[in-house]
Amino acid sequence: MNYFDRDLESVHQMLVDGETTSVELTKQTLANIDAHEADLQAYLAMNDEAVAQAEKIDAAGIDPDNVLSGVPVAIKDNLVTTNMPTTAASKMLENFHSLFNATVVEKLQAAGAVIVGKTNLDEFAMGSSTEKSAYKTTRNPWDTNTVPGGSSGGSATTVAAGEVPASLGSDTGGSIRQPASFTGVVGMKPTYGRVSRWGLIAFGSSFDQIGPFTRTVKDNAYLLNTIAGHDDHDATSSDKEVPDFTAGIDQGVKGMRIALPKEYLSDGIDQSVKDAIQAAAKKYEELGATIDEVSLPHAKYGVMAYYALASSEASSNLERFDGIRYGYRAEDPKNLEDLYVKTRSTGFGDEVKRRIMLGTFSLSAGSFDKYFKKAAQIRTLIIEDFQKVFQDHDLIMGPTAPTTAFKVGAESTDPTEMYMNDVMTIPVNLAGLPGMSLPAGFSNGLPIGMQLIGKPFAESTIYQAGHAFEQNTDFHKQTPQLGGK
Amino acid sequence: MSEKVDQARTQHIAGLAKLKIADAELDQFTEQLNDMLDMLDQLGTVDTEGVEPTYSVTDQINVMRPDVANNWGERDALLRNAPESVDGLIRVPTIIDESEDE
Repeated sequence: MNYFDRDLESVHQMLVDGETTSVELTKQTLANIDAHEADLQAYLAMNDEAVAQAEKIDAAGIDPDNVLSGVPVAIKDNLVTTNMPTTAASKMLENFHSLFNATVVEKLQAAGAVIVGKTNLDEFAMGSSTEKSAYKTTRNPWDTNTVPGGSSGGSATTVAAGEVPASLGSDTGGSIRQPASFTGVVGMKPTYGRVSRWGLIAFGSSFDQIGPFTRTVKDNAYLLNTIAGHDDHDATSSDKEVPDFTAGIDQGVKGMRIALPKEYLSDGIDQSVKDAIQAAAKKYEELGATIDEVSLPHAKYGVMAYYALASSEASSNLERFDGIRYGYRAEDPKNLEDLYVKTRSTGFGDEVKRRIMLGTFSLSAGSFDKYFKKAAQIRTLIIEDFQKVFQDHDLIMGPTAPTTAFKVGAESTDPTEMYMNDVMTIPVNLAGLPGMSLPAGFSNGLPIGMQLIGKPFAESTIYQAGHAFEQNTDFHKQTPQLGGK
Repeated sequence: MSEKVDQARTQHIAGLAKLKIADAELDQFTEQLNDMLDMLDQLGTVDTEGVEPTYSVTDQINVMRPDVANNWGERDALLRNAPESVDGLIRVPTIIDESEDE
């Protein structure tokens, strides 16, 4: 079975009614993944214990109150797990086995989800195409000559191909939303602090957030219900109460005030993408929302501010990969210093090295004020732009990415050009806001994503508006050739 | 494009990060680093006089927990991840190379 026609509620009902079992679902899911893997290259490791875990869940009985009970899901390989290796798609973590599970993994397992495998990503989540993995290049199921976006390309692809109903990714500058856009699925980057990052291999600590990929908005809300909440292990996780994100999802958008920033429809955006977003705005008006053009004047500096700040944080976070305590170690070092340098120079890929060096430079004595502090000040201005718009709007809408999925190999030569892929998602990470991408159109057979941005901790509003759009359009019902019927 | 870092400076920055760029790649890395720094230079066009920098967006301030020792008891499992270990300790190459002492 694939998951194109079934949402989590219907899969759950089948399990509760005994029409299928977790073992049966898990076996079918694994077979489905296996059948596509040569074309899609979405996984770095499979869970050998998946069927045995499903057996246990079946034996204990499906929990009728828990929609994830007995359901197969996949997770990005920068989330640590005890029973599967964790590589973050880097040679540096070859053969690394964590001694603990990420909090989100614990939460999924407590809900009875069966984690089927670990999905491919750009090395240490640095990239927008999943071509920067040290192991394989994941392909977009809509057209395997195109990329699935990144860095959570494996997690997006496996949901888009109907292999699993849900997966988890991480989003530092758009790494959930941009691949969701490229592969035509729903991807949510929750508010900074909403989900514990304990066990997520750190990239940019003031940006990183874990979130779900699903085929529908409501399924996504169910996943966030499961993974959200305070965790003593993560001092940045918020102790704000977690609402039931599915509760008010049917309330529609009547009376909702939605802002459309003019910067999000500027020259650098493909016409087909602009057309889709304008059509979506019209749809929202038909459904009773008000759409206002607004301005986010500092958004255009977001990419630069982000690369100064996130690269600096990355250069610090990645210091721990030194060949001593875990992971890869270079051979025949002359001395300890040589061991560090050799290990890091041969263990990291070029993109990671570039960002570490940019961060090292930004933090160096002569550059700190000019780049790092300046970027942090611009971060404040970007936050203030958002706050101003949210004074009298419930949501901001716009494109998720400037284009549809690009061809494999098309952008790997010019890093600065590649960084512009994230021009619309990055400001959201700088401000720590929740943002979601959902399918809003097609161009030449490739999906177009719409981004909905909310106030801090207002994921419910995003889900409500996303669900209303989904109920009145059929973009999410289309299936890619690979995996489709 | 004005060159901000030359090859020697690129190698110096790499050195600070405990990296070494291979000679064959030094040209490309230097060029890309300059491109990225050109991009970052646009930050300088924004007036930020008197603007407080934001380094974190969490609503959590001064998170405290009781200082309780937790003996994890996982030494052997931890050492299995180390590339080299001996007698319950991580083995590293010589730190002080006495042969260089003249």
